[in-house]
Amino acid sequence: MARMTGRRALLAAPVLLVVTFGVFAVAAASPFDPVKAYTGTAGLTASQENLDQIRANLGVDQPLVTRWWNWLTAAVSGDFGDSSVMRQPVADVIAERIGWSALLAATAFAVAILLGTVLGVLAARRRGGWLDRCVSSAAYTLEAAPAFWLGLLAIWFFALKLDVLPAGGLTDTASDVVTAGQVASHLVLPAAVLGISQLPWFFLYVRQGVADALDEDPVRGARARGLAERTVLLGHALRSGMLPMLTLIGSRVPELITGALLVETVFSWPGIAAATVQAATSVDFPLLAALTVLATAAVLLGNLLSDLLYGLADPRVGFDG
Amino acid sequence: MTARSIRVLAAATLAAALTISAAACSNPGSGTAGNKAAKGTVVVGIAYEPESLSPLLGYGKDGNSKIFDGLLAVDGEMKLRPALASALPEVSKDGLTYTYKLRQGVKFSDGKPFGAKDVVFTYRTILDKKTNNASKTELDAVKDIKATGDDTVVFTLKYPYAPFAERTVVPIAPEHIAAGQDVNTGDFTTKPIGTGPYVLTGWSKGEKISFKANPGYWGGAPKVKKFTMAIIKDDDVRATRLRSGDLDGAILPPNLAKGFRGENGRKTYAATTYDYRTVTLPTHNKVAGDTAVRRALDVAVDRETMVDKILEGAGKPAYGPVPTDSEWFAEGTERTHDIARAKKILDDAGWKPGKDGIRVKDGVRATFPLWYLSGDKLRQEHALAYASDAKKAGIDIRTEAGTWEVIEPRMKDDAVLAGGGAPGDPDFDQYLLLKSSLGGDGFNNMAWYDNKAVDTALEKGRKSGTKAVRKAAYDTVQRELVKNPGYTFLTHIDHLYVVGDHWDGLSTQVEPHDHGLASGPWWNVEDWTPKK
Repeated sequence: MARMTGRRALLAAPVLLVVTFGVFAVAAASPFDPVKAYTGTAGLTASQENLDQIRANLGVDQPLVTRWWNWLTAAVSGDFGDSSVMRQPVADVIAERIGWSALLAATAFAVAILLGTVLGVLAARRRGGWLDRCVSSAAYTLEAAPAFWLGLLAIWFFALKLDVLPAGGLTDTASDVVTAGQVASHLVLPAAVLGISQLPWFFLYVRQGVADALDEDPVRGARARGLAERTVLLGHALRSGMLPMLTLIGSRVPELITGALLVETVFSWPGIAAATVQAATSVDFPLLAALTVLATAAVLLGNLLSDLLYGLADPRVGFDG
Repeated sequence: MTARSIRVLAAATLAAALTISAAACSNPGSGTAGNKAAKGTVVVGIAYEPESLSPLLGYGKDGNSKIFDGLLAVDGEMKLRPALASALPEVSKDGLTYTYKLRQGVKFSDGKPFGAKDVVFTYRTILDKKTNNASKTELDAVKDIKATGDDTVVFTLKYPYAPFAERTVVPIAPEHIAAGQDVNTGDFTTKPIGTGPYVLTGWSKGEKISFKANPGYWGGAPKVKKFTMAIIKDDDVRATRLRSGDLDGAILPPNLAKGFRGENGRKTYAATTYDYRTVTLPTHNKVAGDTAVRRALDVAVDRETMVDKILEGAGKPAYGPVPTDSEWFAEGTERTHDIARAKKILDDAGWKPGKDGIRVKDGVRATFPLWYLSGDKLRQEHALAYASDAKKAGIDIRTEAGTWEVIEPRMKDDAVLAGGGAPGDPDFDQYLLLKSSLGGDGFNNMAWYDNKAVDTALEKGRKSGTKAVRKAAYDTVQRELVKNPGYTFLTHIDHLYVVGDHWDGLSTQVEPHDHGLASGPWWNVEDWTPKK
């Protein structure tokens, strides 16, 4: 187990290297001009000399490889550079926002896993029953629905029509004190939308896993011995039915990140997503690269986590290698 | 999916749709803005977010920045008045030296005193090459600035620049805070400290900027104790949140502002502006560069209809960068819509109608492309209307949409639907738009306009300190534009704001092209008083 973790960590370094270079290359090839993005409307009346000076100050006049290498060597020593679009050090931008993104993603993940498991078990118990049919069809529909669309729908319904939940932001518009209560009420909609957009996968996997397990001999034997339905369902069927879901937890991480991106934008949640979008459209190399490293690391960690969990839950699988 | 599950799904969808539409009939929550006024809070919705709140990087360069004060400020009539200076500057006879006496006893909101060294620091830092300030060209005339004593600063200019005093509305930053950090990325860019009527209490990027009244403000503590600017880029969302009572006021496009007209408890303010829309007619284009074509287009275009239809009446026809209601406008340079005259000008110049009605001269078809910024509906509508007016005179203009990255390399030969406008001095827009030496310099003189008489008049206008001489010079520029229009100016656009009617003292200033934070009826929020 330790060996697998070590090996994966070693592999992570070249992967991250390639990914950051990819980000620099793609950003450099994009038609957006970093200087234009930096200067905004003021750039439309600025003299060419002034714009050239800013280009030099930002260091975006250097060739792609030089820029990447400078960034990389600084990053290794802990200096992630300055974000041009936020006018702040990259580390500050990330530190200010990542907590809110983590809160949102964790809540959504919890919603998806809990709700997915409960509904999955209930549906598997009476396959073809009304609950199974309703939830399954809803799950297929949700899978096709993009998260931002769900978000807009939720705002329209809960914030505009019913006026029961805030439409966006971290706190009320007129207040600039961040209190737990306000954050909680502002968290409900985005977390629910993000969680529900992830729900179908967990639900369908658990439903299938538990349903298959219910048909297997050990479970039928347990039933035959007259064990209580609850013990059979949770003790026997769910345990083996959960296995595929453990893999899923890891592989859903990238989906969760992209989903969070859209949901944060829709709900003006001050997380890392808005910063990512801005960094991308403004060709803000240092910020974009740092955020990509973070996202890649999250995906690699997610995969490692699910493999470890799987190995622990089912000794036959073992740890790779 | 089985047929059965599809039936279930259909039923579920139908049920959900019924619930939603039933809820849609209920009334949205009514506003609570009245209570907020009693508590001294104001929340406004704006469409624009500054990149930085540091004056060193260009924030508040046109004055009126809430957190900061400049040496001078402009009042409701756009007249200069002293702010951190105790009086208007003394200008030397040759127009090369400006001396400012500073107001005494002013403190920054952290309690430290303001002095001449802060002024010197601010201007020197902005002009420094290492400072990423995209507006520093506006201070191009400055050769040096120094403090003579603690209460006097003296600017020396490279050349006499009549509108220089207008440029000293630039907000002053505290040296004791800003000097010790990276000017481009330091803390000061997001956590500014100034001498202004308001103190920043929070800036949640993309969400809102919050202020509280500065109790020690030298101009007296404001009555609006808490002031919040919610950043809502989408026009419809802004209108909805205004209606729901979340906002007390907001900037709105004409079609959405119309929905609030005549409503109890809300007032609509239309701010007149210098914000123009124009078509550049590049001299390097064989068709658009022909003076006859330019003059024909200038009279073929129906500006009145654009104002009525595109702007829903909220604007004015434009004949140059100077709006018709400005004191600097040259009377008699208005051009009336006259297709017959346009046709005659083209006929006389040898542009004869071809088979398809499009004119031809020496084998050149009267056609050229016109670019507009994609996604900007207002520019698109102006471009389409312009092309349709031109067609009636026999000139075929092909409209195309693109981002600035696509448009910029084509500006030398293709026409562009451009916008701009800075109130204050007539030098600000006209010099950058028309000076031949600025052709192709960034986005200055996009049309590569080249006219000796205009060049001379522009120089005369910026150098002379006498108003009559300046007026004559800018009259010359505007009359030259009638003879040889380098641009077809279309409209000046009013900016519309809807605000809850709970305060006294609201008014609007003449506004520039870009919607800065201080534009709108809240330009003087520090002077508002609660309505009895």
